[in-house]
Amino acid sequence: MRAERVVSIARVRGMGIFLGLISLVMLLPFGFEVPARTEATFEISQAPALPVPALSMDVRLVSVVLGLVTAALCGVLVLRRSTRGAYAVFTAGVLCFLWSFLVWVGRGNSLNFVALLGLSLISATPIVYGSLSGVLCERSGVVNIAIEGQFLLGAFCAVVVDSATGSLWAGVAAGAAVGALLGWVLAFLALRYGADQIIVGVLIDAFALGFTNYMLEQVLSPHENLNSPGTFPAVALPGLSRIPIVGPILFDQNVFVYGAAMLLVLVNVALFRTRWGLRVRAVGEHPQAAATVGIHVLSVRYRNVVLGGLVAGLGGAALSIGSTGQFSQDMSAGLGFVALAAMIFGRWRPYGALGAALLFGFARSLVGFLGVLGVAIPAPFLSMAPYVITIAVVAGLVGRVRPPGADGVPYRAE
Amino acid sequence: MRLELDAITKRFGSLVANDKVSLTVEPGEIHCLLGENGAGKSTLMNVLFGLLHADSGAIRIDGGAVRFADPGEAVRHGIGMVHQHFMLVPVFTAAENVVLGFEPTRPLGLLDRRRARADIRRLSVEFGLEVDPDAVVETLPVGVQQRVEILKALQRDARLLILDEPTAVLTPQETEALFSIMQSLKRSGRSILFITHKLKEVLSIADRITVMRLGKVVGATTPQEVDESELAAMMVGRDVELVVRKAESHPGEPVLELRNLRVVDERGVAVVDGVDLEVRAGEIVALAGVQGNGQTELAEAVTRLRPVSSGSIRLAGEDLTRASPREVIRAGVAHVPEDRQEDGLVLGMTVADNLVLDIYDVAPFAAHGVRDLARVRGNGETKLSEFDIRAPSADVAVGTLSGGNQQKVVVARELSRPVKLLLASQPTRGLDVGSIEYVHGRVVAARDAGSAVLVISSELDEVLALGDRIAVMYRGRITGIVGPGTGREEIGLMMAGVTVPPAEAPSTAGDGGAAGAGDTGDGGPHAGPAGGGAGKASGDPAPGKGSTR
Ligand SMILES: Nc1ncnc2c1ncn2[C@@H]1O[C@H](COP(=O)(O)OP(=O)(O)O)[C@@H](O)[C@H]1O
Ligand SMILES: [Mg+2]
Repeated sequence: MRAERVVSIARVRGMGIFLGLISLVMLLPFGFEVPARTEATFEISQAPALPVPALSMDVRLVSVVLGLVTAALCGVLVLRRSTRGAYAVFTAGVLCFLWSFLVWVGRGNSLNFVALLGLSLISATPIVYGSLSGVLCERSGVVNIAIEGQFLLGAFCAVVVDSATGSLWAGVAAGAAVGALLGWVLAFLALRYGADQIIVGVLIDAFALGFTNYMLEQVLSPHENLNSPGTFPAVALPGLSRIPIVGPILFDQNVFVYGAAMLLVLVNVALFRTRWGLRVRAVGEHPQAAATVGIHVLSVRYRNVVLGGLVAGLGGAALSIGSTGQFSQDMSAGLGFVALAAMIFGRWRPYGALGAALLFGFARSLVGFLGVLGVAIPAPFLSMAPYVITIAVVAGLVGRVRPPGADGVPYRAE
Repeated sequence: MRLELDAITKRFGSLVANDKVSLTVEPGEIHCLLGENGAGKSTLMNVLFGLLHADSGAIRIDGGAVRFADPGEAVRHGIGMVHQHFMLVPVFTAAENVVLGFEPTRPLGLLDRRRARADIRRLSVEFGLEVDPDAVVETLPVGVQQRVEILKALQRDARLLILDEPTAVLTPQETEALFSIMQSLKRSGRSILFITHKLKEVLSIADRITVMRLGKVVGATTPQEVDESELAAMMVGRDVELVVRKAESHPGEPVLELRNLRVVDERGVAVVDGVDLEVRAGEIVALAGVQGNGQTELAEAVTRLRPVSSGSIRLAGEDLTRASPREVIRAGVAHVPEDRQEDGLVLGMTVADNLVLDIYDVAPFAAHGVRDLARVRGNGETKLSEFDIRAPSADVAVGTLSGGNQQKVVVARELSRPVKLLLASQPTRGLDVGSIEYVHGRVVAARDAGSAVLVISSELDEVLALGDRIAVMYRGRITGIVGPGTGREEIGLMMAGVTVPPAEAPSTAGDGGAAGAGDTGDGGPHAGPAGGGAGKASGDPAPGKGSTR
């Protein structure tokens, strides 16, 4: 599999110009317009890691320096004749901007950087499950738009079952099971009866939303005890979690985060190194070719769509009993679609999707932090930001990526 | 193995694609199945391979009756098939494609890539099938992709190999190389069922021949007993003329002039790379070349369906380099596109509507923005008889007609306007012999009426039959322009990128110099940006001599 990312010179120029614009923002509002000797403090110490002193930075100095670096990177991109390494340069520029933005936001204040990143990871976790679900389905040639619905119903069932039984693991199992069930519905209608995959998927999403709204109003509201689940506690890994900075971020998380990491590796190995994966990819790329060597195309797709539903259901459970606990109306809030966007941005590869999921998770938890810091932007506006970033990333940066050859194309034997 | 097909019948709805077809393939024999497009050859092979299920009839292998529910079972019984449209996963490597469905594994289901590679190397050497196991298939030339298909069958221990029209996509040299591979397979005791509609090939390679027509076996013979015209008559059911009758051409003023034309595709590869070409009034220029060497893009550029990067297109002195497709039509260009079902017709619309697609909005077929349907229908009925289109009426959807009649609809529409240039791409692809004769006749008639004609074809026979001059394209460039008397061999070499320097040829040498005679036409533009190094493969007739890097 070599899904090349095609970058044109024009796109590289565009990225350069974008860096130029953000460098202006860094130099002026974040830089020279900030009163001299304003400091921002980043708390980078958190239990159970060994303590480290906080980082204090002069806002104007940091922003101006980073702004100049970004301007230089802009020059590199605009003047460059080849497209190689353009993404690395661009990413570096954007990271500079983020750094400068954080420093500016935290001016005269102190901001817990480790907590921010830890929260980002938690926000990213359901998206990772969702995009793995997308990878599993689409690599076999079926588009799973139903991830959103699988999230929502998975989250709901996990909450109800946990509340009723008092067992978090039963909640996890319920979330996974209902996700798999919705996956089966999609597979049944789309594969057995050749119904349009997108339409079936959207209908599943609509059903999940309507059903959970109804249940929330009619059942969970009168019976509060059915909407009072526990949440998985963070489990600090001995030793590793004591590493300063990265320890609390990576090694003091709940089972869903660890599970996502393991699943990521597992799916990647299975897809690209095993016989199973070779066959799945063949079915997704060229089902007729797979059929002529004796592979049962529809069974492979069936299995993968159910499996994908199961994984998305886990993501739903991560969303409820893996983070906030209670079920609330439309709590998936479009994350299923964001997961698909992450999958596309990651070129239908697990690790690629991880990057996009982390970016989105970061944006989402940053919004939370900005609220706490009292940044004067209306809250609904702020909560739009992660979606805008997703659209920008998918539309602007991805370039032309190539989906599996038979993605979304129904297969008929004979 | 000895294979017997006994009275196989397969219906698609009311169409009987195979009607009690029987044939026997002896061990170690090359058995040719000959028949026109639509005769039912592929259907029969799909039945044999378990992809389709016969309505009645029996298959016997070495005397024992077998039934294949799916291709997997056919493979287990020692049958391998190279499909007419390759069944390869384009983004997989050659090795991955060869082992797919039959993968050597290590514990936990992990792929054993090393063993896959070793298997391929061993088979490559044994049968002279040079393939780089790690090359991504879509970057390989067609001829090499075909070897991957053959390797796939051999890796599964095929004792009977079905080759469905394997030569349709090959240069003459690649065909030679394939034939020598077939001979070495035969020597190893394997049987081969070779399907084609090309008479010369049948006579040169077959041990025995079975001819099919309209779903039935109409004869069995051997190359010793028949000649080309007898075979043609069996195949078509009547005597056919194997040559196109045409008088000497009298070229006039240049009509189409391409100067240094360059077309860059979506990936930034120059698919048409500096083409100079002139077509005069009253002559047919035939543009030969293996498919995928930029001919399609050239035609799309001339008809303005694709942007031109540089260079110019002039029609009778008028600059059309930046014109719109509509302006090109109005300027007098008739276009018979390569894919008539995609680009030539709207299949769901009626014959009558398809006949006025280009002029539906102008008098006499429309006035003040309202169409005159009576006139459209009247025009349809007139054209049906004028162009001998066999359809129940002009009101049926064009998609219900046979391929030959669909093509006649396209030709009828395009030749019903004043024509300065007729640009016909693969005008007879997939047509029956009768329709081929008809279309060729119309092309020659257009020339005799004073139009300039550019015929793009990957069928060498067609190029030789029609061309007053023959231009050969390889990797986006014209490797030479020669007269009609030029030998097949010479044109074959030019199709493989070897520049022939006759006086007539404006020297636009390809990268042929380094390529050498053994270098077959590769996918050209499809070889990808890696350029020269990628996908050069040997088409050397001597097995084992070639090299694939
Ligand atoms: N899947 C199918 N459904 C309906 N008709 C078909 C199908 N496959 C082939 N046919 C028809 O059967 C006839 C024989 O086709 P085919 O076996 O492909 O011919 P050949 O390989 O000899 O060119 C044609 O008329 C074709 O249109
Ligand atoms: Mg066929």
